[in-house]
Amino acid sequence: MQSNAALEYDYTVAKMFTYVTILFGFLGMLVGTILALQLAFPELNYLIGEYGTFSRLRPVHTNTVIFGFTVSGVFATWYYFAQRVLKVSMAESRFLMILGKAHFWVYFIGALIATITLVFGISAGKEYAQYEWWIDIVIVIIWLMWGVSIFGIIGIRREKVLYVSIWYYLACFLGIAMLYLFNNMSIPTYFMTDGLGSINHSVSMYAGTNDALVQWWYGHNAVAFGFTVPIVGMIYYFLPKESGQAIYSYKLSLLSFWGLMFVYLWAGSHHLLWSTVPDWMQTMGSAFSIVLILPSWGSAINMLLTMKGEWNQLAENPLIKFMVIASTFYMLSTIEGPIQAIKSVNAIAHFTDWIPGHVHDGVLGWVVFMTMAALFHMAPRMWKREIYSKKLMGIQFWMQTTAVVLYFTSMWVAGITQGMMWRAVDEYGNLVYSFIDTVTVLHPYYVIRGVSGVLYLTGFILFAYNMYKTITAGRELTEEPQFKTPMA
Amino acid sequence: MFFHWLEKNPFYFAVLISIVISFAGLLEIVPNFAQAARPLTTETPKTVLELAGKNLYVKDNCIACHSQMIRPFKSETDRYGKYSLSGEYAYDRPFLWGSKRTGPDLHRVGNYRTTDWHENHMLNPPAIVPGSIMPAYKHMFTNLADIETAYAEAVTVKNAFFTPYGPEFKKTRAAWEAHRPKVLADAKKIADDMKSEDVKKAVANGQVPEIVAMIAYLNSLK
Repeated sequence: MQSNAALEYDYTVAKMFTYVTILFGFLGMLVGTILALQLAFPELNYLIGEYGTFSRLRPVHTNTVIFGFTVSGVFATWYYFAQRVLKVSMAESRFLMILGKAHFWVYFIGALIATITLVFGISAGKEYAQYEWWIDIVIVIIWLMWGVSIFGIIGIRREKVLYVSIWYYLACFLGIAMLYLFNNMSIPTYFMTDGLGSINHSVSMYAGTNDALVQWWYGHNAVAFGFTVPIVGMIYYFLPKESGQAIYSYKLSLLSFWGLMFVYLWAGSHHLLWSTVPDWMQTMGSAFSIVLILPSWGSAINMLLTMKGEWNQLAENPLIKFMVIASTFYMLSTIEGPIQAIKSVNAIAHFTDWIPGHVHDGVLGWVVFMTMAALFHMAPRMWKREIYSKKLMGIQFWMQTTAVVLYFTSMWVAGITQGMMWRAVDEYGNLVYSFIDTVTVLHPYYVIRGVSGVLYLTGFILFAYNMYKTITAGRELTEEPQFKTPMA
Repeated sequence: MFFHWLEKNPFYFAVLISIVISFAGLLEIVPNFAQAARPLTTETPKTVLELAGKNLYVKDNCIACHSQMIRPFKSETDRYGKYSLSGEYAYDRPFLWGSKRTGPDLHRVGNYRTTDWHENHMLNPPAIVPGSIMPAYKHMFTNLADIETAYAEAVTVKNAFFTPYGPEFKKTRAAWEAHRPKVLADAKKIADDMKSEDVKKAVANGQVPEIVAMIAYLNSLK
């Protein structure tokens, strides 16, 4: 077994997931941009009949970017870095190779079918959990395949100590499994009767306020374990690898990880402030949201301090730029969230555009930036070619950074304007504005958001093009780059 | 040190993560479960036609823009009516509170909008509310509502969750056929208040266009 020869890692599965990350990223962002433009120009609702309305397309957007782009990005990076930090190649196990490929194909075909069902309105109705019962079963199978894959490769590892990134991916696996299972518990009506009605339809196991609690325990923490946990795992691996710097503090990693694990789950009820959920739960949600700043900023500061004394890299290497700004947006987003979770602030912010504004500085600025940086870092090592164009990467960076800033600033203004107008009263205590006044006033901000969407999407197309050219036409490398990713 | 040992033992690592992340759910969700599920004594479950409308509300994803949650603020009770109570939602599966108000709240829309208003509005929202950015839902006038699935849902929640539907709700096809005229009679009441001849004709032929179920549902929100 023991050999001193350098390991050749096998990136077959990582490459497959890389392609679909780019594909789903493009599709998800394309639909997102269309949605943004529909709010500014409602005529765009009628492009493809009943299938193209804002309401029908929104779940297509959210599910494609969450379960399409982000999740396949998580899989792609997992199949890349897990081998490297565990010091074992996928090629060493026939079982793991076959499982990895099967995992990919079941996932890819499943994702396509799932997306089509949403377009046709086959929906269980809960946000980010719209998939009907039989798709849920397919998703559970996909997730279990990944689980076997994770524990399989961990089982044959040479490096005994699990690196921080592995902790985060393990937590992602376990957290999403628990949340998804409980939230999607439902009963298919077809089987509870003598085959009456549609086989697709199901009813939730929970009703009303209970359903809301379970849903936002899920909804908030799907964000936690999908958009935060694995992305933090990514940056813990890719930032040191790209910069050649060791992580600043082990203790801070430890504190942030276990802190995040414990605190995050409590915060879900901040989505239900002022609702019919009992008051003590709302207060718990608020309080834990504030506490959540600690582990979130703990990770982000750990990343920024990793660059201590090496800030010149920021000017020289656009990938460092991507990762540093991703950490920065993560800090912004994780201070903004707790502010919105304060009950008095939430009274104004809830139901307004400030909420999508908050979501998007997190996902566009943090999740997508970090995922793209990871794929850029992986490409020269997987395909043994130099990055096609550094200049293009720089253009993309500024385009998308501008887009993110336009997005959240316009939505801050829109959200607070709307929240204030809803509650405005004259000197006799009568409402000043009818609802439609609070809609028409948002038009300019919706236009700005549309522009931001077009810019961001264009940036993503540049990314896809740069990746494509790297894979097909980048200058070939004779040996693997140690740290800084080579680019032309 | 404990953590150094833990980081070499993936199994125990995973076990500890699972324990730590389960805490919040156990303490925050479980204790209130039975109590929050209690319906108000005045609350009756939706009719089959209204359930079919609720399923269309889900299918066309109205919650993308409309909430059903009136918060206890004067500005909201002035605008939408009495603030929402937990017991009013006890039969809602799924809950449809929504999280965004691009359009107004609908929890008590049945108190202040009529069948006629909805019919005109769904065909062309900006014609009724100038400046509206809501899309028209013309396809609801031609697509047919799935009332059989709605009936299956009523039977399912009756048997699984003891939702108080009458003894005539049975899981057999014969029971459904027996109930069907009741649904059509409800649909006719809505269609009578509408002006679309095509809709009236469809209902007379024993079909229920989506718009009829949708309006029945919206009217039931009080």
